[in-house]
Amino acid sequence: MAVLVLAEHSNSALNDATGKVLSAALAFGGDVDILVAGENARPAAEAASKLAGVRKVLLADGAPYGKPVAEALEALIVPLMGAYDALFAPATTNGKNAAPRIAARLDVMQISEITAVIDKDTFERPIYAGNAILTVRSSDAKKIVTVRGTAFPAAGAGSGAPIETVAVPSGPFASKFVREELSKSDRPELASAKRIVSGGRALASSDQFQQYILPLADKLKAGVGASRAAVDAGYAPNDYQVGQTGKVVAPELYVAVGISGAIQHLAGMKDSKIIVAVNKDEEAPIFAVADYGLVGDLFKIVPELTEKL
Amino acid sequence: MKVLVPVKRVIDYNVRPRVKPDQTGVDLANVKMAMNPFCEIAIEEAVRLKEKGIATEIVVVSIGPAQAQETIRIGLAMGGDRGILVQTDARTEPLSVAKIIRAIAEEEKPGLIITGKQAIDDDNNQTGQMTAALLGWPQGTFASAVIKDGDKLMVTREVDGGLQTVELSTPAVVTTDLRLNEPRFASLPNIMKAKKKEIAIKSPADYGVDITPRLSVVKVTEPKKREAGEKVADVDTLISKLKSAGAI
Ligand SMILES: Cc1cc2nc3c(=O)[nH]c(=O)nc-3n(C[C@H](O)[C@H](O)[C@H](O)COP(=O)(O)OP(=O)(O)OC[C@H]3O[C@@H](n4cnc5c(N)ncnc54)[C@H](O)[C@@H]3O)c2cc1C
Ligand SMILES: Cc1cc2nc3c(=O)[nH]c(=O)nc-3n(C[C@H](O)[C@H](O)[C@H](O)COP(=O)(O)OP(=O)(O)OC[C@H]3O[C@@H](n4cnc5c(N)ncnc54)[C@H](O)[C@@H]3O)c2cc1C
Repeated sequence: MAVLVLAEHSNSALNDATGKVLSAALAFGGDVDILVAGENARPAAEAASKLAGVRKVLLADGAPYGKPVAEALEALIVPLMGAYDALFAPATTNGKNAAPRIAARLDVMQISEITAVIDKDTFERPIYAGNAILTVRSSDAKKIVTVRGTAFPAAGAGSGAPIETVAVPSGPFASKFVREELSKSDRPELASAKRIVSGGRALASSDQFQQYILPLADKLKAGVGASRAAVDAGYAPNDYQVGQTGKVVAPELYVAVGISGAIQHLAGMKDSKIIVAVNKDEEAPIFAVADYGLVGDLFKIVPELTEKL
Repeated sequence: MKVLVPVKRVIDYNVRPRVKPDQTGVDLANVKMAMNPFCEIAIEEAVRLKEKGIATEIVVVSIGPAQAQETIRIGLAMGGDRGILVQTDARTEPLSVAKIIRAIAEEEKPGLIITGKQAIDDDNNQTGQMTAALLGWPQGTFASAVIKDGDKLMVTREVDGGLQTVELSTPAVVTTDLRLNEPRFASLPNIMKAKKKEIAIKSPADYGVDITPRLSVVKVTEPKKREAGEKVADVDTLISKLKSAGAI
């Protein structure tokens, strides 16, 4: 049996998500290869080759893969799947974008965002915003799976697997990358941050979000998140959204500031190790999942907390 | 350009889902159902394209039980022109839904299919991408802006690091994210008018699609419960608690 893992990376570096997908693939079993599709992505391939349990790394290096569109990944991966029994991709926006196309082309029903591997046909995944856990069995011969990173451990260090280059389809593809506007930040990225401070609608403006949330995050060396309401109102950029339809996080410490705790928000953070909630409404549902709750006005509490830490 | 919008009937997002004691699924008996919020955003986008003179006709499609007609009616009240219900009481998976949408697209020849990025019940986030792949069309997923530029579409996408823009040839599939627009409420006169709009009733067999599921439900269980902790009196207590828990 052989499994192909789709790497998440930035060409120059490997993203932590890759190691977690690898852990899921190793739990599934068989020989595990990692595919690094990129442009000038040898550094990412080298990092992947140093993960424990990898048989080999496939490096597909070429211009269309610097910022690959889903159509390009489909053209690359569908032919490779002849040699594999399963594709494990991260449940990142990249993985979610491409994996269903590959599944449809192979006539396989994808299994999305798994949180556990039970056996080679059976997986667990959350449904209904994490309010139910589905154990699902697939009758497809090949498995196409996306993996929720927070549910699997990071991979260990290995002794170095060989890197093989594979030919890249040159396109053209029916869609084309045009540009990217990435949020610039020196803070830890949400998916792997050990601590996260998130702000909600209560912050009431982008200025106040920056004035109250960011210094606390800096003090804690934390990543910054937000509720949907805060993102919709423009207090924080879209990639800060934590929740059912945003990012799923599970840091050691999650501080929810002025967030009510709607089920869609809880879906994205309730697996955090320690949850702190600051809210002026003592009935707010966020307190039902918080280890430590502080009832009061965030505009008083947060500066005091920031100062005393 | 004709626009096809597949919509799904799901549990209302305000309802807290309950797992059935026999672990066969989530209890949907007597639960309020509604149009999947991402599908509302899809309809709204189609209606705006029509208001701008870009879309000529909006066809609202649902694959599901007879009650999914109500969901189609909401889409028609928001501005859709006609509906197609592919009626089945069977459990449908994104792969079979995508095959049915492909067959409808081959008949209807839309220039654009707009789906939600995910349905809030099964959270699969697959149907749009699968439909695009089966048709061999390009896709712009998780869209927060869609701009027509000649015969191309410029789609801004919400990605993990921020925003990304892709250029699609048409016909294409777009899947909606939360910030694409704010869906309108259907007005009473429009709800009345929608009652007269045509909904064709079809079956999966009419499109030659075998909807036998590939996935079977072993069980559906409650997630691990998180115990509520304690309320602390002040910032100093919070800090000392966090210290002794090793969190800071
Ligand atoms: C399809 C769909 C998908 C969604 N996906 C997500 C998602 O991924 N993530 C997400 O977060 N939401 C999501 N939502 C939205 C979710 O339902 C809630 O609307 C949202 O989480 C509310 O954000 P909030 O808690 O910041 O705002 P509110 O619910 O308005 O809460 C604000 C809180 O701040 C408190 N407060 C006000 N002033 C102060 C003060 N001065 N000091 C202290 N506390 C104060 C209030 O007591 C209140 O509890 C989704 C909704 C839908 C329909
Ligand atoms: C335990 C369990 C039991 C179930 N039992 C039943 C059942 O008894 N009866 C039943 O009908 N379903 C049942 N389902 C639901 C069925 O499996 C889902 O409809 C299917 O998996 C589609 O997944 P999704 O909606 O999450 O797809 P996504 O890929 O997340 O959907 C994205 C978008 O695709 C479009 N779309 C998706 N589905 C449809 C559709 N049906 N019609 C039109 N557009 C659509 C919409 O635009 C939607 O926003 C059950 C699911 C589970 C997990």
